[in-house]
Amino acid sequence: MNQFLGLLRSPHRVSWADFVVAIFLCGVLFALIELGRGMVVPLPAVGVTVIHLSPLYLPYYAGRSLLRMFIAYFLSLAFSLVYGRIAAYHKTAEKIMIPALDLLQSIPVFGFLTITITAFLALFPGNQLGAECASIFAIFTAQAWNITFSFYHSLTTIPQDLIEAAEINRLRPWARFTKLEVPYSMIGLVYNSMMSFGGAWFFLIASESFTVLNKTITLPGIGSYLGEALARGDVAAVVYGLIAMTVVIVLVDQLVWRPAVAWSYKFKLDQNETADPPSSWFLQLLRRTNWLKATGASVWTPVAHTTEALIIRLESGLRPRARTARRAMAGRVMAWLVVVALLLYFGQFTVGAVREIADMGLLPLLSVIRLGFYTFLRVMAATILGALWTIPLGVAIGLNPRLARIMQPLVQLAASYPTNVFYPIIGIVFLALHVNFNIGAVPLIMLGTQWYILFNVIAGAMAIPSGLKEASSILRLRSVERWKTLILPAIFPALITGGITASGGAWNASVLAEMVVYQGHTLIASGLGAYIDEASSVGNWAHLIWGLVVMSTFVVTINRLIWRRLYRLAETKFHLD
Amino acid sequence: MAKGVPLIEARAVSKDFEGANKTRFKVLSDIQLQIHEGEFVALLGPSGSGKSTLLRIIAGLVPPTDGEVLYRGDTFFGTNPGVSMVFQSFALFPWLTVLENVEMGLRYARLGRDEKRNKAIAVIDMIGLDGFEGAYPKELSGGMRQRVGLGRALVMEPDILLMDEPFSALDVLTAENLKRDLLELWQERKIPTKAIVLVTHSIEEAVYMADRALVLSRDPAKIISHVPITLPHWRERKSEPFTRLVDELYSILTQQKDARVSLQEETEVKLPRKLTLLPNVASGAVTGFIELVDDLGGKVDLYKIGDSLALDLEDLLPIVETCRIFGFGTVTSGDFELTDVGRQVADATVLDRKTMFREQALQHVPFMERILWVLESKRNSQMPREFFLEILQKSVGEEEAETQLDTLISWGRYVELFAYDEDSKLLYLEDVDETQEGGE
Repeated sequence: MNQFLGLLRSPHRVSWADFVVAIFLCGVLFALIELGRGMVVPLPAVGVTVIHLSPLYLPYYAGRSLLRMFIAYFLSLAFSLVYGRIAAYHKTAEKIMIPALDLLQSIPVFGFLTITITAFLALFPGNQLGAECASIFAIFTAQAWNITFSFYHSLTTIPQDLIEAAEINRLRPWARFTKLEVPYSMIGLVYNSMMSFGGAWFFLIASESFTVLNKTITLPGIGSYLGEALARGDVAAVVYGLIAMTVVIVLVDQLVWRPAVAWSYKFKLDQNETADPPSSWFLQLLRRTNWLKATGASVWTPVAHTTEALIIRLESGLRPRARTARRAMAGRVMAWLVVVALLLYFGQFTVGAVREIADMGLLPLLSVIRLGFYTFLRVMAATILGALWTIPLGVAIGLNPRLARIMQPLVQLAASYPTNVFYPIIGIVFLALHVNFNIGAVPLIMLGTQWYILFNVIAGAMAIPSGLKEASSILRLRSVERWKTLILPAIFPALITGGITASGGAWNASVLAEMVVYQGHTLIASGLGAYIDEASSVGNWAHLIWGLVVMSTFVVTINRLIWRRLYRLAETKFHLD
Repeated sequence: MAKGVPLIEARAVSKDFEGANKTRFKVLSDIQLQIHEGEFVALLGPSGSGKSTLLRIIAGLVPPTDGEVLYRGDTFFGTNPGVSMVFQSFALFPWLTVLENVEMGLRYARLGRDEKRNKAIAVIDMIGLDGFEGAYPKELSGGMRQRVGLGRALVMEPDILLMDEPFSALDVLTAENLKRDLLELWQERKIPTKAIVLVTHSIEEAVYMADRALVLSRDPAKIISHVPITLPHWRERKSEPFTRLVDELYSILTQQKDARVSLQEETEVKLPRKLTLLPNVASGAVTGFIELVDDLGGKVDLYKIGDSLALDLEDLLPIVETCRIFGFGTVTSGDFELTDVGRQVADATVLDRKTMFREQALQHVPFMERILWVLESKRNSQMPREFFLEILQKSVGEEEAETQLDTLISWGRYVELFAYDEDSKLLYLEDVDETQEGGE
């Protein structure tokens, strides 16, 4: 159900496919760079965007930001439905597509931002559309993998009897998709959409105003408004911006995601009524609005019927084809040919990338690994520190159901709040107090990620069966014993889930948190995040690619060595039924 | 019975499932069957015998490994054009209303929108769900859900209605009610269905409803008996001919166990010893059953005891089978009788009982002896679970091997032949001292 978990759930081990996919992705990246290279000098004059700090402009900026978010979301959704379905039904494609998804999901997409931006700018030279697309693409990469994994996972777990019922009713692909596959996946799709959308605010803020090749490109939006306000030191505007940001996040949550989640419970497979299904006042309101129903009946229903009839007629023309051995063979050969062609095409870029990286010399290459190790320590410190204070608090909240019901949505909102807007503000404080930024970067990373742990710990504590709580009271367990034998084992799975999410987010955050620029002052922590950030803003491609390769390797290795094992342990030994 | 071209004909159908390490496991072997117009056929067999797989092959949901299925004398591709199916789990789409679920069966019918709707409503009325058209399945009771399942199948007006244990997820009264309603629709020709195939593990259900029972053996399934049921409807369950037929089927079903020795030839994997499959039954159930039979005089009619305990064949047969394997009882023509050892077990104390079970297990379950032998011959007296799993997989297939090993381990622990650690997945011998201390 959660971000980054798809990877750990998927049963596949490291195989040849992982390496093929890694090489392939490397090639794609370098191909993008080649595409962007044409525009290195001079950077086409993008019309300079003036950001007005009057609060009257804020609704417009908020609207622009929201538009970006939703366009990216619908693209992610469309991508997920197509990619997930292909991966679930084509055995050959699955072998490549799932490791690719695994990799994309666990690597810090933030680092790739610059590369995609240059490519898009090259596609639309001298036009703001390029920057717009780049921003939307960045948000897309923050949402798509998660939703895709959810859909793929749902498709592979549709109960056999429903599949057979669909076959007995001779459902053709479209009917199967709309009547079985999407409804069955709906709860996971909506929940993951909400979580991914929440996580994407961070990317929105980062992608509205970015420096690439020593040029700062700004798009009108709430993120750039805040950036401008901070740059000018306009405290009032900063406050307006933060308020607007909060209002937008809360509104989207209340008017879109809560209703959607409540609505999605209609698709629950468990045939018994859920004891406490999620509810939404807004959905209730919509369902009771008569004029909406009337409009629905008079406008929507005829349209739906006509399209349905049309689709059925189209479908009826499709006769099921005999899947002969020869045809299956031909399909498989075709699929492999496509794979090999793509590999060859992008492989040549990989060769180019490797050549450029090799030119850097051995010592600089190794020093980047050392930097990666520093960042790894920071990520771990942020995750562990986050866990230390959130465990007692989360358990206290979770064991009090009434408090938990109020706090949980709030914590979830906090988790989706783009904390990167605070980075410069905290940077000022650090400068004033002469804080060593090598350590100071840790709280910056924590700022965004600790909420995931808190959120999950609350959920874990809420789920402790009352029977076990009563038993521990009857046994008169002292508080230490109670924590050791009941609470910690019971929240362990939730804690791991939170930890995985937090550490995944922390790698992403490190790219922004290790280098903070504020009014000409630059705070730099020695680490891989800062290295990547610096390489991308000056356009040192070899450094950038090597930094990304090292970071991705770190993340993937840690996921496999630490998190996956802990997750297995949580699933088997500490699983509460 | 109308002859001519059969509605359904299965010719030499067999089905293999692929297990780990490319082992193949045969579930169906050389099935020949014909279903003619006007027939209500019941497929009977012990659990795991592949009767549901056979039904799915007839439906075209599962392709056979060998052989072919003909509908009205012709082969078909994909789903059998003449069938519809009712599922044990109902298999309703929970996000669609009753009406939408039923209409699903008419999606590609060459009818107008209103005609489809009227037809679906007519079927809903017929199955007694008038007034529930707009309800979602989760708002309905189990019996009503299965009525929707039936409605969805009937609205397609199939030639053959396939039913996969349609009543086994329902409570007794609800099931009875639905059986009667279905029989009425069928007997009085209220539905255009030309034949019904019912998969069931309840002998009584088969005798109550069907015109013919096909009895399947298991590992792999073969049709071992055709039993015509010619009693006139409505059948009286307490009548003498009815109970005689039930008894007869009971003894066919319980005695066919011996036909299972052929397992090794079929799977083409030679094991050094004969592999006796232990049903997955808890030790408590076995001792409880033995005590009960002892109280009843040491001999019982299986049909009657199943009835009085409200256990169906599915639950009772594994217990009986375990008793038979351990040598605690024998089965003759539907009766179960305790052996001398069995009587001793019934009177023994808890500790003695364990010893007796241990002796019988070593004597009658060769694989148990083998596990012990392996553990004893190892210097550290332990062996990973996978070792035994692989041996089992070669002869019984992947899934069955897991259950089989779990059953063996649980028996081995109960009789204290060996111990097992779930975390490390190791089977091991406990120290002799420890075993004695650990005894109850």
